[in-house]
Amino acid sequence: MGNMKPEKMRVCATTGLPVCLNAELFIKLNAVFGVVSLLIGAVAAILLALTRWETVALLDPVDYYMVISLHGLNMLIFWILFMEMAILYFASTTLLNSRNFNNLLSWGQFALMLVGMVMVNYSVLAGRASVTMTSYVPLRAEQEFYLGMILFAVGALLGTVNFFGGLYIAKRDKTYKGAIPLVVFGALAAAIIAVFTIVHGAIVLIPTWLWSLGVLESPPDAVWYRLIWWALGHCSQQINVCAMVAVWYFLATLTTGAKPLNQTVCRFAFLLYILFINLASAHHLLVDPAVSAGWKMWNTSYALYLAVMASMIHGFTVPASVEVAGRKKGMGGLFGWLTKAPWKDPGFSAFFLSLVIFGFGGGITGVTLGTHQINIIAHNTLRIPGHFHVTVAGGTTLAFMGLAYYVVPLIFRREYSFKAFARLQPYIFGFGISLMAIGMTLAGSLGVPRRHPDIDFTGAKIVADLGDAAPFLAMLGIGGVIAATGALIFVLLTVHAVFLGKSNKGRAMESWQTPEQSKLTANLISTKWSPNEPGLKPKGTVVLTFIFLASFAVYYFSNWKALIDVWPVK
Amino acid sequence: MSIFNPPARWIEAPHGFERVWMGIALAWCMVLSVAMPYWHFTGKQTSSGEAYTLEPGQFEARIARFIEANKVGERNYVPIVQPPPGSDIYLIGRNWQWTPILKLKKGVEYRLHTSSGDYQHGFSLLPMNMNFQVVPGYDHVITFTPAETGEFNIICNEFCGAGHHQMTGLIIVEE
Repeated sequence: MGNMKPEKMRVCATTGLPVCLNAELFIKLNAVFGVVSLLIGAVAAILLALTRWETVALLDPVDYYMVISLHGLNMLIFWILFMEMAILYFASTTLLNSRNFNNLLSWGQFALMLVGMVMVNYSVLAGRASVTMTSYVPLRAEQEFYLGMILFAVGALLGTVNFFGGLYIAKRDKTYKGAIPLVVFGALAAAIIAVFTIVHGAIVLIPTWLWSLGVLESPPDAVWYRLIWWALGHCSQQINVCAMVAVWYFLATLTTGAKPLNQTVCRFAFLLYILFINLASAHHLLVDPAVSAGWKMWNTSYALYLAVMASMIHGFTVPASVEVAGRKKGMGGLFGWLTKAPWKDPGFSAFFLSLVIFGFGGGITGVTLGTHQINIIAHNTLRIPGHFHVTVAGGTTLAFMGLAYYVVPLIFRREYSFKAFARLQPYIFGFGISLMAIGMTLAGSLGVPRRHPDIDFTGAKIVADLGDAAPFLAMLGIGGVIAATGALIFVLLTVHAVFLGKSNKGRAMESWQTPEQSKLTANLISTKWSPNEPGLKPKGTVVLTFIFLASFAVYYFSNWKALIDVWPVK
Repeated sequence: MSIFNPPARWIEAPHGFERVWMGIALAWCMVLSVAMPYWHFTGKQTSSGEAYTLEPGQFEARIARFIEANKVGERNYVPIVQPPPGSDIYLIGRNWQWTPILKLKKGVEYRLHTSSGDYQHGFSLLPMNMNFQVVPGYDHVITFTPAETGEFNIICNEFCGAGHHQMTGLIIVEE
């Protein structure tokens, strides 16, 4: 099939899709080390949550700063990027009926990322790089920290080159007809943003590395470092957004048979991401010196908020496609498509919870905190991690977990055991992370700083106290422990499945859904139908989007109101 | 299907509610866009980013002169200064302390020059939760007017090394 030699491929017994065996190997390798990173990050998360929960106050400050560096790097960089590499291999082969572009390049990708990850983790755990993820100069880590980061980034860049090469040979060998599928288009958008991101990482980290080696006498200018570093730091989170939305479309199809209402609209929204979302890096510099108010406003608005519009489009098209598929199956009423949805399928529940948590939690808070003036009452407080834990953790991570519940049976060809725990896991993680983020947001509204081990300022010359925030920090602690427990359950189940799970080679995977549900979904996937038939109108989603818009407006304007109480400042 | 190639003619205009929603989303984005310049010119709180580059040691010398000229006392070995109302005032973050303690008059506008003597710091004024970034090598000018009397803590909310959690300061506002 396609351009693959018969001995280098297999046909998936569940979906009938072709799987390139080389790509399959690299999907497995990257996914395994993604999960290893998640495990390290989750253990660190429990320690952090128990430190910020004032009544426990587990770690002393020096250990806290080390563990927070470990947590940020493993969760935001290693777990996410290893998983994204796995997605790129999948999207450029199976979905295009094509083979892996270049195995040597793929080995380079994997080896460099692995070496980089090990170097950075060694450096942090040895106490040689307690500089937190941002590593703002002139704080200095030991040189292997920067070198590890650079190697990891170069590895990821090779992964994107391999992906672009894969698109090229598939096109050249005419392995598919017409345009590429929507999920591949989303992965392509993520890969384009990744190139932009990684190049900025190289620009900022190479001189910093040379300084740490003593080759350069002084560190890079601190304002310049912040500007370029955030083109790495924030844009890498935009790769996550793109990859997450692509996973939403993928899981919506796989678990409910959903079909995008309008391919042009979905692709247009991805195009808006590519063009405008990178400007969001300015969100981190809104109260910085040496960048003007005009620069801050233009960039932080992503050029008139066109990337926000893109997210609002996906926020409608994704649930609408699920609703239309539900109506096609005969689920009536305004919300029959939700009440009768396959909530016991962790692929579906993880995807849908991710959509809701990202939209209502992450999206609304992100745009509000990233408003030029509102940032004055938010910058570097706990409101910031309160925002990004419901985007990257409650959104991207949860979506990737949902993906794993299908990747392990379909690619590793191993079944999950203890299925009752797997069905419960997305709810535990989603609830914990939401509770934690709400605690963070409320504590941050009182001025509690991020990256700070206590609120009583023990040892300070001038006493200060933020004791009022204690109940919210308890929420943070309890939510954090629940979320990390959810993540650990996921890791244990997945590791068990990969190494000890029942093999399903040569037959279809065991469905997560009831026989009736999976039959209906399979019918929708295999038959021709139009999501725009009369009688399939997504009325429930219309109601949900208006609730979303109302919540957005209330949160946004109440923040302007809170800003009025601050002393006049410019 | 999102995992299969779209039909040959996949380019089509949005229709139905999808089209309405795109219009609503665009209109909302315009509201968000206009809000920032509107507040910049009519509101009382914004961040202008006014800043000047510094030579090494220049800001430390300026701080020393400022303290010598205006010192009125000490608290726990941290000097308290009372500058003339409405003047340029100076604050340095370094070695896990905001120096000096500033004694200001309510309702008077001050130009606060801040910088760092070592790493990056976060100027965070409590309890109103007013936050600005302080970066070594740059004199960041924050022009503000104390609106109430009392004692207001400054803490550091940018990670700055092992003593970050002990870094505090104080602004005292009088009638």
